[in-house]
Amino acid sequence: MPGTLLADEAVSGIEVFLPASYDIVGSLIVTAILAFFFFKYLMPKMTALLDERAAKIEGGIEHAAKVQAEAEAAKAERDAELVAARQEAARIREGATGEGAEIVTEAKAKAQTEAQRIVENAHRQIEAERQSAVVSLRADIGSLATELASRIVGESLADDARQSRLVDRFLDELDASTAPTAATAGPTDQRPTEG
Amino acid sequence: MAESDHGSGFHAPSIQEFFPPAIWFDGTPFEINRIQLVRYILMIGLILWLWLSTRHAKLVPSRAQSVVELLLDFVRVQICESTLGKKLGRRYTPLITMIFFSILVMNLGGVIPFLNIAGTSVVGLPLLFALIAYVTYLAAGIRAQGLGGFLKTNLFPPGVPKALYILLTPIEILQVFVLRPFTLALRLLANMMAGHLMLVLCFSATSFLILDGGGLIKLTGVLTFVAGIGITGFELFVAALQAYIFALLTAVYIQMSVEEEH
Repeated sequence: MPGTLLADEAVSGIEVFLPASYDIVGSLIVTAILAFFFFKYLMPKMTALLDERAAKIEGGIEHAAKVQAEAEAAKAERDAELVAARQEAARIREGATGEGAEIVTEAKAKAQTEAQRIVENAHRQIEAERQSAVVSLRADIGSLATELASRIVGESLADDARQSRLVDRFLDELDASTAPTAATAGPTDQRPTEG
Repeated sequence: MAESDHGSGFHAPSIQEFFPPAIWFDGTPFEINRIQLVRYILMIGLILWLWLSTRHAKLVPSRAQSVVELLLDFVRVQICESTLGKKLGRRYTPLITMIFFSILVMNLGGVIPFLNIAGTSVVGLPLLFALIAYVTYLAAGIRAQGLGGFLKTNLFPPGVPKALYILLTPIEILQVFVLRPFTLALRLLANMMAGHLMLVLCFSATSFLILDGGGLIKLTGVLTFVAGIGITGFELFVAALQAYIFALLTAVYIQMSVEEEH
């Protein structure tokens, strides 16, 4: 092997551990610049940034918790309102039912009185008509009966004075017989059979 | 990086990998070599990514914003708040976020095509981040308990027989003031260096075996290539894991300083 092993060594071993002046100066320059960069630029900037981020994250967590609490409070409020509304609705429904029943009862009562009134009116009208019928019948019956009787009896009854006396007497008897029974139609019907 | 001089024999990756020739300002403290350039590119990429995806940041995030927020949240919840609690976690979240993102992206440079080197594979940057963590947890402890209280609870752990302090206190001093920051820096540095060396080894071996190997040896190049792909995936995982560990340990150290009893 033609190589010269460690032959051209110009520096002794100890020099490895003793810095040359240019090594010291060079190292100082490099380190000073790096120190300046780290202490004046990088570390302040990044430390501030990391602190800000930590604060922001903490703030974010706090904010989230607050929002959560608010949401829960709102939900509770809503639930309470819902319950109140339900109760209110139930009360209104109950009230309406009661009122409805009242209205129905009232309407029923009113209808009943109205019906009663109508029936009474009808009764009164019927009575009135009956009365008038009775009166007219009485007038007709008198003449009819007289005519009939004169036909049957003949001349004996032609005398006016006797005729009118007879009729009056007949009617008086008729009145007397109808009054106790209070039946008006009955005696008028009976009369032809009696004569 | 090593693939470029194929054909002239096999170049095993070496520590020289991490000391490339200067491109500009050679020999000055402002010298810029390939790795420095990669750091600047990664830095611009990180800033552009975060700026563009959070420029119009909104409460409801866009997809790009979500990805950034996912990572920011991961750091805030899984690293800061789970270790420091809500109140203290909030105070240290910007710092730990910056540490996490910066280391993650600087680590990822190791598997990004054409960059092919992690910004953290040269000691300056891991050491600087460790220093930031160191100052932060010392300041947090002194702020919470006062200098005396901080030293007392950290160097003289309560509930231990007094005689044991002879043994314990030097260990605790070493632990609190030396080991914690250096282990932070070295764990990250070593992981990234090792990852890079493994990747270079695999791909330069592939190149060498296929171009210079004779006969059936060429086939072994396929094996190293597949291994390289696998290691790339693994490095992706390591890049994220180391960023997570660095950020988590920073939070844990702050918590240990602030707490009155441990």
